[in-house]
Amino acid sequence: MTQTLVVIGNGMVGHRLVEILRDSSWRIVVFGEESRPAYDRVALSSYVDTWSSADLELAPLTGCELRLGEKAVSVDRERRVVVGASGVEVQYDALVLATGSVPFVPPVPGRDLPGCHVYRTIDDLDDIRATVEAADRPGRHSGMVLGGGLLGLEAANALRGMGVSPHVVELAPRLMPIQVDDGGAGLLKRLVEKLDLTVHTGTSASSIERDGTRLIAKLANGVELDLDVVVFSAGIRPRTDLDLGLELGPRGGYLVDAACRTADPRVFAIGECASVEGVAYGLVAPGYAMAEVVADQISGGTKVFPGADMSTKLKLLGVDVASFGDAHATTEGALEVVVNNAVAGTYSKLVVSDDAKTLLGGVLVGDASAYPSLRPMVGKEVPAALLQPGGSVDLEMPADAQVCSCHAVTKQTITDAIQSGVACDVAELKACTKAGTGCGSCVPMLKKLLTDCGVEQSKALCEHFTYSRAELFEIIRATRITTFTAVVEKHGTGRGCDICKPAVASILASLNNGHILGETQVSLQDTNDRFLANLQRNGTYSVVPRIPGGEITPEKLIVIGEVARDYGLYTKITGGQRIDLFGATVDQLPEIWRRLVDAGFESGHAYGKALRTVKSCVGTTWCRYGVQDSVGLAIELELRYRGLRSPHKLKSAVSGCARECAEARGKDFGVIATENGWNLYVGGNGGFTPRHADLLVSDVDTETLIKVIDRFLMFYIRTADRLQRTSAWLEGLDGGLDHLREVVVDDKLGICDDLEAAMAAHVDDYADEWRGVLEDPEKLARFTSFVNAPGTPDPTISFRAERGQRVPVQLGIPEVVR
Amino acid sequence: MTVVCDFEVLRPEQGVAALLPDGSQVAVFLTADGTLHALDNIDPFSGAAVLSRGIVGDRGGVPVVVSPVYKQAFELATGKCLEEPSVSVAVHPVRVRDGVVELT
Ligand SMILES: Cc1cc2nc3c(=O)[nH]c(=O)nc-3n(C[C@H](O)[C@H](O)[C@H](O)COP(=O)(O)OP(=O)(O)OC[C@H]3O[C@@H](n4cnc5c(N)ncnc54)[C@H](O)[C@@H]3O)c2cc1C
Ligand code: SF4
Ligand code: FES
Repeated sequence: MTQTLVVIGNGMVGHRLVEILRDSSWRIVVFGEESRPAYDRVALSSYVDTWSSADLELAPLTGCELRLGEKAVSVDRERRVVVGASGVEVQYDALVLATGSVPFVPPVPGRDLPGCHVYRTIDDLDDIRATVEAADRPGRHSGMVLGGGLLGLEAANALRGMGVSPHVVELAPRLMPIQVDDGGAGLLKRLVEKLDLTVHTGTSASSIERDGTRLIAKLANGVELDLDVVVFSAGIRPRTDLDLGLELGPRGGYLVDAACRTADPRVFAIGECASVEGVAYGLVAPGYAMAEVVADQISGGTKVFPGADMSTKLKLLGVDVASFGDAHATTEGALEVVVNNAVAGTYSKLVVSDDAKTLLGGVLVGDASAYPSLRPMVGKEVPAALLQPGGSVDLEMPADAQVCSCHAVTKQTITDAIQSGVACDVAELKACTKAGTGCGSCVPMLKKLLTDCGVEQSKALCEHFTYSRAELFEIIRATRITTFTAVVEKHGTGRGCDICKPAVASILASLNNGHILGETQVSLQDTNDRFLANLQRNGTYSVVPRIPGGEITPEKLIVIGEVARDYGLYTKITGGQRIDLFGATVDQLPEIWRRLVDAGFESGHAYGKALRTVKSCVGTTWCRYGVQDSVGLAIELELRYRGLRSPHKLKSAVSGCARECAEARGKDFGVIATENGWNLYVGGNGGFTPRHADLLVSDVDTETLIKVIDRFLMFYIRTADRLQRTSAWLEGLDGGLDHLREVVVDDKLGICDDLEAAMAAHVDDYADEWRGVLEDPEKLARFTSFVNAPGTPDPTISFRAERGQRVPVQLGIPEVVR
Repeated sequence: MTVVCDFEVLRPEQGVAALLPDGSQVAVFLTADGTLHALDNIDPFSGAAVLSRGIVGDRGGVPVVVSPVYKQAFELATGKCLEEPSVSVAVHPVRVRDGVVELT
């Protein structure tokens, strides 16, 4: 008989639990008080970048009854029934409490005034924004964040993004008192004060009063602040307002044992609302671990909560801060090794055991690059050299050291995955071990482990080249070799294969070496490129003319319709705002293209690892909300980058305002109009592993925008692996988005002129590939099904009708047409 | 005997397809060292008549053609599929006589 599991709370941890149990036999009912499905609360602050809640969405839950906007108001443990706010009753066989936390609001008089907010949900941020927008102070607004911990600083940063100069008020004598020690906090304060934050430590607010449209806060130290908005971020308390008559932990939270079970064997608690053996955890990773425990327990397993690593690394207001292990040296006899470099703006402290042999913890501020290698060493022996001033050594981690604390993945698990050949790069490690998919701070360590296991080898393109694609690109660029034969003779072995031949052909094309079907290149091309069309399952091809920006005249539409009708082609609108014509044989391709080219069409490169389309919405031209001419820009971009060969296909889109109808953030490079210009997003992807693009530059004019896209694309083309989309490339890029920005915006490597020149050469050299074929009898001659019977149709190809169009007959089951 | 084409029409490391009188198809390849190979044109994995359009190269020194549909490699000399040795395509005798390529 199906058993019912009721989960109260659809936050990050409740969501994870349901995900884990998705394929189990349990019927799952979820009560969620918030009106939207679970979202990434850890990334809540990034909401202010786009004000799009879609960016925070977690993978949608399937296979459960999700009752959103329905608070669970009572639980009858006798009858095993949960009652929802609407009066609905659901009976359970097992109940999991995942109600999270509530922000702690200190009892300051005036704390309930309009303009005072907490910082926990998307709705909270919308409310804060509404307050800030309603404020009538000229120039920058003024705000106060009560609480100088991790969350308080995040809230202050979010306020800054809304045009507010924040005061941060912290009761403790230093910022981030929980994570960071005095020395680190001192440096942190100096660094953040440079960023328009005013820090008041060792004091608190004694009252808040309304004065017209303003709020006046009096601090205990006598300072008075004139404010537009107040945000409380003074810590959290486990949320236990749902009273089940169960015991609570010493600091709040439903008290559970190591199996996350309360005194009632059918009731569990996980995430921030749980007090596991008396300890409540305010981070998501321990919550996820609890979800794993409960999923296992209710499936009859014996897993228990392993305890949690409370290490943190974050970049707050651009300042690296990391704390791990026993950061405050509370272990008996612990020794501290401190290096405080006021000039460089870095602070580091390592905490070691009394015999200076074992690493216990540490604090890093300003430069946290050592964090990924230090954190897994906690509890392990430290090399003495590390304790010398300025000392750093290459640490050899023990096998059981935890490399990824977000998902509790050990070095052993990772090296096993590498050595067994299951994972050959960071992306594969992420997929099979989950390491690196949380906060991402362990990714550099994953890379290092790959290298340590000798996996650089896999950078080799194929058995014929030991070089990576990027290296080969540089070789070909520098030596100006123009044929594959020369490349493989000088720099490879053997005769080449289906991997290196198209890769080299693509590099040659990126470097503007003439028509891709030229005498020396044609044999390198994959069938799609060789016939400038997309091979379909029955050996026919599909044809996609370019329709820049998706804008097309009725006359041209009619031509497409006529061609499709005359050749009996199946037509379908693509996702890239153009039209795909299916079912052409190789013999028909030139005839079809002759008509298309005559009507003013050109190749759409749907067959190539090249720019596909630049999608657009109608923008200012028609749309009531548009703030820029998105169609005009999309066409300009599509015409600029058409024909550009790259490691993989490139997709783009331009939206006329933040409503984002063109879905630009799902593209390799996407542009969204702002009041002042354009925002450029890069590295987005749909497909197999969807990824939202990251904001690279904002509010730039068209000229700057194009310059940055030129550089971005060329940098990608030169350095990516074969068949690596921009999303995977960006994720694998050392230093990630920041590094990319340094290279293509700040020109840190001094290569931007060169990148721009390369793009300019591409734009100058562009010529329509199909026109090139039609004008050259030798190239045309290759478009025959049979050398000994030109014009004879391939007898294996036959069609049948479906919904009024021709579709291929399954091969091997011939049928008569019409 | 079926005439395929003049030898000079062939390009090294490329294939062409020829139609036989019985309606079947053969893919003819010229490798870089000047050797001719002929295999069934139909790719057994997809059923499509496309092997002549595959990329020619080598796997560990063994000359192969790679199907453009699902990318299996077939040995040019034997027709054997390298990924799945139980699958193979038929090999046909091919020769050049008086500058003309013929299937015998
Ligand atoms: C701004 C911010 C930044 C953060 N940064 C980090 C970070 O960098 N690293 C990190 O590890 N953690 C971070 N956290 C903490 C992290 O978000 C939490 O640890 C995590 O969300 C806890 O998940 P949870 O499911 O226990 O609680 P929540 O995500 O809070 O979910 C609880 C849900 O239950 C609902 N609920 C409560 N009572 C009921 C009821 N009676 N009926 C129905 N529904 C109910 C609530 O409305 C809520 O939606 C951050 C939190 C915030 C706010
Ligand atoms: S993105 Fe904005 S401008 Fe474009 S169609 Fe949507 S609402 Fe209109
Ligand atoms: S440590 Fe956070 S993802 Fe690995």
